Amino acid sequence: MTDTTDAGRSTGSSAVPDRPRLRMATAWLGGCSGCHMSFLDLDEWLFDLTDRADIVFGPLADIKEFPADVDLTLVEGAVTNTDNLELAKAIRANTRVVVSFGDCAVTGNITALRNGMGAPDAMLERVYVEHPDLAGVLPTEVVPELLPTAQPLHELITVDVYLPGCPPSADRIRTALIALLDAMAAGEPLPRHWRGPEDRTFGN
Amino acid sequence: MSLTPPRPGGPRPNVPVILDGEEVLAFDGETILDLARRLGSPIPTLCYLDGLSVHGGCRLCVVEVNGDNRLPLACATPVSSEMDIRTDTSSLRDHRRRVIELLFAEGNHICASCVSSGACELQDLAAENDVDHIHYALEFPRIDVDATHPKYVLDRERCVLCTRCVRVCDEVEGAHVWDIAQRGSQSTLVAELGKPWGDATSCTWCGKCVLVCPTGALSFKGRSTGEMRHDPDVIAFLARLRDEGEWIDREEPAP
Repeated sequence: MTDTTDAGRSTGSSAVPDRPRLRMATAWLGGCSGCHMSFLDLDEWLFDLTDRADIVFGPLADIKEFPADVDLTLVEGAVTNTDNLELAKAIRANTRVVVSFGDCAVTGNITALRNGMGAPDAMLERVYVEHPDLAGVLPTEVVPELLPTAQPLHELITVDVYLPGCPPSADRIRTALIALLDAMAAGEPLPRHWRGPEDRTFGN
Repeated sequence: MSLTPPRPGGPRPNVPVILDGEEVLAFDGETILDLARRLGSPIPTLCYLDGLSVHGGCRLCVVEVNGDNRLPLACATPVSSEMDIRTDTSSLRDHRRRVIELLFAEGNHICASCVSSGACELQDLAAENDVDHIHYALEFPRIDVDATHPKYVLDRERCVLCTRCVRVCDEVEGAHVWDIAQRGSQSTLVAELGKPWGDATSCTWCGKCVLVCPTGALSFKGRSTGEMRHDPDVIAFLARLRDEGEWIDREEPAP
């Protein structure tokens, strides 16, 4: 699951020699990582996936900068702070197909519960100052600044495909990835509104 | 497509209409929704519930009728002779998706933290109509939860204003605890003209409003995420018993 050169791409694709290897990334914005846990629930199918695509960026690969020339990126989480916004823009600038991955990216979901409270100061006060078990001070170092509201990904960058669910089940992720990778490898239009095995969109 | 066999002695369907390109016979006075359901042609609905009066508020059951440039409501429009009805066109599907998205946009329908997730008519409608994201800017309103009732909870953030609870309380239970206050986007469900539900002395604690709620707005207290199960179909059963006079003693019991 590392970045490879063009020359290296042919070595891992013996299982499916007639398909070009794609460059895939995942990203973790304002979410709980549950979508990535569900992604890991793909278990041994991850080997099939890496036969077809290199995973070149994500919380599961220790690469600091979002790379150029990525074919497909799954983006988990709402855009809730300045780091999320910066990464979202870098993803859009360097990715052909951006997938809004999970309910937080698609609707804001749990991450956006704070929006109804108004400015983020109210939530920070509630969590860090009013909470009896914490030190009673607002965190200011290392952590990025919160945006005024947590927003769905498509409010800030153009999204090509939506894969909702909290989290999307491994079956649904697999169904979507197979459909997307097949279409991209064949140069066909992207499939939308595929039905996962559980026939659900939002929620779990 | 098979018609309901004529009922001996009863009325027979005798109104010729075209339903999705097929010539069929409707009963006199039958609504488009009843006709379509009788013939197995699904039309999505939300506020409509068998056993209650017709509200016509959700606009999901709209259909196309030749010669009519509006979109009539299937639940509230009786068939007329030679009507040419289409229930499933790309324009209708688009319209229904928009309605569902607007419902999601104006509330806080966060399925992941909802008692009704997995048994919710709005969640099902989203899936059935390919709503996989919301085009409109989400409102994220701040709306109060009323947990003052000892047995039930009203979470107004999840209310779609279908008025099933208002109607069932008035028409079946006869208590009329519920009403919709305000107008437009300010519309909100209120008990006894604005009291906390727990203070509403007209509430009989029957729970019919909770049974008919299509979303997680009304639930049994103490249910956790995904644990609430509603039972709206029971109302049609109760309404039939009432219409057939099942509760009226036909004979005075012997002394």
